[in-house]
Amino acid sequence: MMITDFLFFAFAGVVIASALGVVASRNPVHSALFLVLTFFSCSAIWLMLEAEFLAITLVLVYVGAVMVLFLFVVMMLDINVAKMREGFVSYLPVGIVFAVLMLAVMVYVVGPVGPDVMGTAALDNAVRQAADYSNTEALGEVLYTDYVLAFEIAAVILLVAIIAAITLTLRRRPTTKYQTPGKQIKVKRDDRLKVIKSDAEVLK
Amino acid sequence: MMENIYLAIPLAPLFGAIIAGFFGAQIGRKGAHSVTILGVGISFILSLVALNHHVFNGAAAYNDSVYIWMVSDNIRFEVGFLVDNLTVMMMSVVTGVSLMVHIYTIGYMADDLHNWPKESLAGTNAYQRFFSYISLFTFSMLMLVMANNFMQLFFGWEAVGLVSYLLIGFWSVRPTAVYANLKAFLVNRVGDFGFILGIAAVVMYTGSLDYYDVFAKAESLSSQSMSIFSGTEWSVISVICILLFVGAMGKSAQIPLHVWLPDSMEGPTPISALIHAATMVTAGIFMVTRMSPLYEWSDAALSFIIVIGALTAFLMGLIGIVQNDIKRVVAYSTLSQLGYMTVALGASAYSAAVFHLMTHAFFKALLFLAAGSVIIAMHHEQDMRKMGGLKKYMPITYWTSLVGSLALIGFPGFSGFFSKDAIIEAVHHSNIPGHEFAYMAVLSGVFITAFYTFRMFFLVFHGEERMDQHTREHLHETPWVVTVPLILLAIPSVFIGGFTIGDMLFGDYFGSAVYIADNHTGLAEVGKHFHGAWAFVEHAFAGPAIYLAALGVFSAWFIYMKQPDIATNMKNRFIFIYRLLDNKYYMDDINAFVFGGGSRTLGDRLWKVGDVTFIDGLLVNGSARLVGWFAGVTRRLQTGMLYHYAFAMIIGVLMLFAIGLIV
Amino acid sequence: MDTSVIGLTSYLTLAAILFAISVAGIFLNRKNIVVLLMCIELMLLAANINFVAFSYFLNDLSGQVFVFFILTVAAAEAAIGLAILVTLFRSRKTIDVEELDSLKG
Repeated sequence: MMITDFLFFAFAGVVIASALGVVASRNPVHSALFLVLTFFSCSAIWLMLEAEFLAITLVLVYVGAVMVLFLFVVMMLDINVAKMREGFVSYLPVGIVFAVLMLAVMVYVVGPVGPDVMGTAALDNAVRQAADYSNTEALGEVLYTDYVLAFEIAAVILLVAIIAAITLTLRRRPTTKYQTPGKQIKVKRDDRLKVIKSDAEVLK
Repeated sequence: MMENIYLAIPLAPLFGAIIAGFFGAQIGRKGAHSVTILGVGISFILSLVALNHHVFNGAAAYNDSVYIWMVSDNIRFEVGFLVDNLTVMMMSVVTGVSLMVHIYTIGYMADDLHNWPKESLAGTNAYQRFFSYISLFTFSMLMLVMANNFMQLFFGWEAVGLVSYLLIGFWSVRPTAVYANLKAFLVNRVGDFGFILGIAAVVMYTGSLDYYDVFAKAESLSSQSMSIFSGTEWSVISVICILLFVGAMGKSAQIPLHVWLPDSMEGPTPISALIHAATMVTAGIFMVTRMSPLYEWSDAALSFIIVIGALTAFLMGLIGIVQNDIKRVVAYSTLSQLGYMTVALGASAYSAAVFHLMTHAFFKALLFLAAGSVIIAMHHEQDMRKMGGLKKYMPITYWTSLVGSLALIGFPGFSGFFSKDAIIEAVHHSNIPGHEFAYMAVLSGVFITAFYTFRMFFLVFHGEERMDQHTREHLHETPWVVTVPLILLAIPSVFIGGFTIGDMLFGDYFGSAVYIADNHTGLAEVGKHFHGAWAFVEHAFAGPAIYLAALGVFSAWFIYMKQPDIATNMKNRFIFIYRLLDNKYYMDDINAFVFGGGSRTLGDRLWKVGDVTFIDGLLVNGSARLVGWFAGVTRRLQTGMLYHYAFAMIIGVLMLFAIGLIV
Repeated sequence: MDTSVIGLTSYLTLAAILFAISVAGIFLNRKNIVVLLMCIELMLLAANINFVAFSYFLNDLSGQVFVFFILTVAAAEAAIGLAILVTLFRSRKTIDVEELDSLKG
């Protein structure tokens, strides 16, 4: 066993434990925090797989942005926690049965036990890269050449997501007062000012 | 250079048709007839250029494709032209007659507005539409005769059929016209069905649509056989030839598919002249001639053709005797003459058939246009019993009609004489099974032709004036646009036969266009005794035909001029035969009863059982009910609960895994 | 003592366990839509682990590019999902999945 093996088992243990925490927590805030921990330890595992750029992205984008968004929403919404937990215990057996069934099948297919139908056990073309190897550079090279169109589409998707999220949540309160610059500019003197001719009157 | 000319010949009338058809309202009546006549005129002149190029300068046959539409399974679908002596002759005849008819139509359709009800919108721009149609017809017919492959032939074939349909029913507010064009359309479908089956057989056995490719394989086809019904053996070439000839029977109105042609006289007279006498109905004759390298390999097909042609020539002439409508008499005479051409085809005398086609195109167009001229003068009265004595009112029409009639009956020296006598002699010397019967039929046909032609002639132009007072007062010769085409057509009706017989019939005018097998010697036998046109005329006095014709003319004169009560007596004595002829051998009734009634009964059954019960009841409403029931059941699956859907997805994933593991 | 026992299968098994946990989570937290969304994020993470692991063991960068795009799309999805959630909560005053069973079309 090498030191990296220990690291893997440690981080894998944290991943699994915190994932269980996400599922089982009573409070959604706790769930979200557990999810952050899951992402963190997962990014550590990715580091061991030499996917440094993605590992950092996971932390920055997920932990930094998405999970904060989750927390924000959870805290913003007034959620009745107790009501939300209804039926947790009664569905626990069914959930465990399905989870175990699924796990068994997947491990049977890809895992170290079983007939190794996919041939994954022997698959190892891994190349340990040199210390000055830059994963970010390599990834960038393919991303901006071979996958440039997909990259552009991803950018558009993000833009759409921004616009969609804003339009969905934006609301105009009837009580708020707004300026309409267009109307302000268009206004003419006659719209505002009215000169009335009247005969001079002599005050008695 | 020549390619462009060949391309311009069909496209000029098409251009005129498009202008007159789509922009008729803008360019007006004068614009419409000017542009179409210009188009057809260009086409006619260029056809003459092509004629000069091929016939007098002796250029080789031109065969090339202009445009490849598609290539599928190595079969090329293309537009191409095959121009040889046969083609240029047809082109010149088609464009020439068409040009005459265009000019004539200006006079015939001048007061066409009276033929439409006042409140009807259908009459709007009818004049322009008419010119557009006849130009379109010229285009279609040129595409047909200039084709170098079966696909283009079929295109032209159907296009002329379409224009014929449109023009027979031109006066679409008349129920009889609509009935007639529907009839023409349906009967032609029967023929075209055979035609397209024939083309399909050609493609199936030769893998090509190109004429020359197919002709090159004719010999190998003749040794193959096919089995249409299990246990029967058919010679492939005979099946192909007979199927193609079925198409010709529809288009060239041979028994039993002739029934549409007499009714097509519902259309305007220029159309009867152009389409239903001179050009379109001869498409079948042209097609068989063009296919002579195929037909020569099948004696069975030739025998079939000669018998059908003989029946048509004889039986249709008989009906002509009892008709009273002037146009119908000419129509039945057309049928009879088409029968003559078909007989010539059957006797392998292709050049005689085409020769007769050409002379017939001129004198029959002349007769039709003359009949039209009479009809114009009689204020659209077509019943000959109400005419008579028109000679002194309409001298030009009278003399041109006389020329046409003499040409039709085969008066020595007139063009019809040469072509008809050549056919009779060729049949006489033929050795195809059935030629004895055909010879008797065409010979007696000569008498019948002379009889009905001069019956019509005497009834219309001589004798007492039987029209009413009002019509008589207005009787006068028709305007120059009508009479000039008559005169122009009368000239070739007299002379063209004598001038061209030597080269066309017995010379090598057709060259490689027509192929005659060595053992089919009918025409060659006649050629041995041919020593120039004048000798041919002299020789005719030794045969029976000329005396039969004279007897026919004399009988007509005697019965209808001298002793008119003989006609009534004969009618009463032979009332059965009269009825048989007057009802056209009851063929319309048989068709109406068997095919019309049969399909109506079938339709009724299909409607009540197939449609109402099965499709509406079982399929439409049944499937709607089934969907409703099924939706009612499956609706329970759609709970609207998110976790139910998630659950279904997870089960699906599990099943995918399971399938992956099992397989 | 110097050979690693960690191979591709270890990573795949880890991803499988993560996936199974999130499936169980969807079953158990059937009411709270926020936690449901978190479970879906977990599932995506499991898939991403597979991609990265294969990318490493096949020495092929395409796997990582794929993860990159999944992250992008997942971020967009989370943003829109949460936005919908917020609007939903505004109008219905609940995020209970069981009460969200009526569609209007």
